[in-house]
Amino acid sequence: MKKKVLAAFMVACMSLGMMACGGSGDTTADAPAADAGTADAGAAGTESAPAADAGAEDSAAGGTITIGFSQVGAESDWRTANSESMKSTFSKENGYELIFDDAQQKQENQIAAIRNFIQQEVDYIVLAPVTETGWDAVLQEAKDAGIPVIIVDRMVEVSDDSLFTAWVGSNFQLEGEKAAAWLDAYLTAAGRGEEEINIVDIQGTIGASAQIGRTNGLQAAVDAHDNWTLLAAETGEFTQAKGQEVMESLLKQYGDQIDVVYCENDNEAFGAIDAIEQAGYTVGLDGDMIVMSFDSTNAGLTDVLNTKISCNTECNPLHGPRVADIIQKLEAGGEVEKEQYVDEEIFAVDGTVATVNVDGVDYEVTVVTQDVIDARAY
Amino acid sequence: MAKTGFDIRKITGNRLFMPLVCLAAVLIVGGIFVPDFFAVSINNNVLYGYPVDIVNRASEVVILAIGMTLVTAASGGQDISVGAVMAVAAAVCCQILSGGETSVNEFANPLALAIIAALIAATLCGAFNGFLVAKLNIQPMVATLILFTAGRGIAQLVTKGQITYIRVESYKVMGGFIGKCPVPTPVFFAIAAVALAFLVLKKTALGLYIESVGINGAASRLIGLNSTMIKFLTYVICGLLAGVAGIVASSRIYSADANNIGLNLEMDAILAVALGGNALGGGKFSLMGSVIGAYTIQALTTTLYAFRVSSDRLPVYKAIVVIVIVIIQSPAFHRFMAEQKAKRAAKNQVAEGGN
Repeated sequence: MKKKVLAAFMVACMSLGMMACGGSGDTTADAPAADAGTADAGAAGTESAPAADAGAEDSAAGGTITIGFSQVGAESDWRTANSESMKSTFSKENGYELIFDDAQQKQENQIAAIRNFIQQEVDYIVLAPVTETGWDAVLQEAKDAGIPVIIVDRMVEVSDDSLFTAWVGSNFQLEGEKAAAWLDAYLTAAGRGEEEINIVDIQGTIGASAQIGRTNGLQAAVDAHDNWTLLAAETGEFTQAKGQEVMESLLKQYGDQIDVVYCENDNEAFGAIDAIEQAGYTVGLDGDMIVMSFDSTNAGLTDVLNTKISCNTECNPLHGPRVADIIQKLEAGGEVEKEQYVDEEIFAVDGTVATVNVDGVDYEVTVVTQDVIDARAY
Repeated sequence: MAKTGFDIRKITGNRLFMPLVCLAAVLIVGGIFVPDFFAVSINNNVLYGYPVDIVNRASEVVILAIGMTLVTAASGGQDISVGAVMAVAAAVCCQILSGGETSVNEFANPLALAIIAALIAATLCGAFNGFLVAKLNIQPMVATLILFTAGRGIAQLVTKGQITYIRVESYKVMGGFIGKCPVPTPVFFAIAAVALAFLVLKKTALGLYIESVGINGAASRLIGLNSTMIKFLTYVICGLLAGVAGIVASSRIYSADANNIGLNLEMDAILAVALGGNALGGGKFSLMGSVIGAYTIQALTTTLYAFRVSSDRLPVYKAIVVIVIVIIQSPAFHRFMAEQKAKRAAKNQVAEGGN
């Protein structure tokens, strides 16, 4: 009897196991099904391609252009300004219909949003990617559907460049070079051109394109000047708390030696300034240390106005007009450049340096006043 | 001779001995390789030096480690949501102070109200965790995973996804300095939290109850202890303490950065408990061990900073040191050492016998 029960139990187990296998079989079977789905979408795409064309004709005839925009999230003032720029550019009055999707920092949300855009047969997809990798499949779907994709802000790494039409963003390397050029021009103007200058670099999150470009910009300038020394480069991970902690530690190691603190974003600069002042040093052009920063957020420029940050290089979030420019060119059947940079300003606490020169191009330095801050969109 | 040997054994046998040795080892390494590591001076009217940094920066982890120790002891699991709860508390506090603006130069609402609301929010988070673990018997790690993932989302919702800045001097006090006092305020928060927890656990039977529930919940229930209630209570305390840590962390940067406040601190808190020689499976615990563990972690971080290890590589070095420390403290290693010692003693005896 016991044996029979046991046998029955074993059979039950086996059949359950088989069902489980069947289950997993189902899920693997799902994958091709999903592929089939994308193939369908592709097929639908080819069908909808003429429809899109028709849409384009409509718009040429004064109809609206539909744009799907997948935004990373709303993690900072910068990001909010970026979203606002898109919303105000692609307004109904300007002849656009914008479908805005907030991905809340998740790539899977962005992928889902793009698939939705494809199903809704939008005319253009604008993507501000949260990460650089993992976009091949979904961008292929968009390409199959005949929808041009414009990437903004961060770059995407895809095996095939034709998966996106254009990229709009910041030239971080140039930002770094401009900042270094300002420092050079200022020190020369202040009669410190021959002095030994010790710099510490509070870097952004290692590997972020903003960090790489800005660090390289500074590094190139340090290499070009015999009297400039980069004492240390440590990451503050773009946050105020880390910036403060790293600066505390740097002050203990170098203290009086530090002449320039090069922070790779405004948040780090806030933290660094707190640490410097707490240790009894002063910041500013006339103080013990010159603090330089990037991004030019409202709070960052306010600190320039308060003479705490001496030079602040902009990272322009207003991508909307440039993207609209590209779309208009495409609508007119023209070709567009693959990579396009937005114009970015450089701000300083005073007018000692009027223009900075990088690679033969002059960039005007804006002196920060309350009016300048109030006039800015973010 | 025999007497001193006995004494040494008494000292080494103390459960705080190993955690203290580890802390000392980290500090000695720092002292040898970093010039002026132990130098403390008064700069700009405040205490200045690496030791001050260690004690100051460890405050949040110390506060979290207290709650984590109790939770671990009572439920045999960890609360991994404390970092996110910190963010929630910071978000609530700053949002009330700013009255909905992203950056303010004066309080929109009284500071006391904001702090109380933040602590209530954190306590509610703790109560939610406690309900899932104690009442519904969900595994602690799984139960607290909910707030671990959702907590920062809630904080983002509260701050509307923005970093809320409170640029008011009196708000910076909790993460800075009180008036002309040269000691950073977070240190007082940590000391107060430890002292309060110590008193409550020693002067009431709560400590004993927590240990007995952790060792055998069913047996504790049979002798008349309300194990569910005690487990629940430890999570509530843990949430409350996470709230305190969140407010301190937020005051340091006078803002609520929902993405970054308390990020990965739950791991440091759990580590502190482990480094303190506490069993992560629950039962008997040593609060002081965890506190020492917390200071060890910060001593390690500060030392590595002083070595100019960049902060993104920090976790690797931390991991290596932690592995070494945990192995040294493990019972298996102790047994191995005891065996080796016995073998050597036996050999010596044989050798002596041969002579």
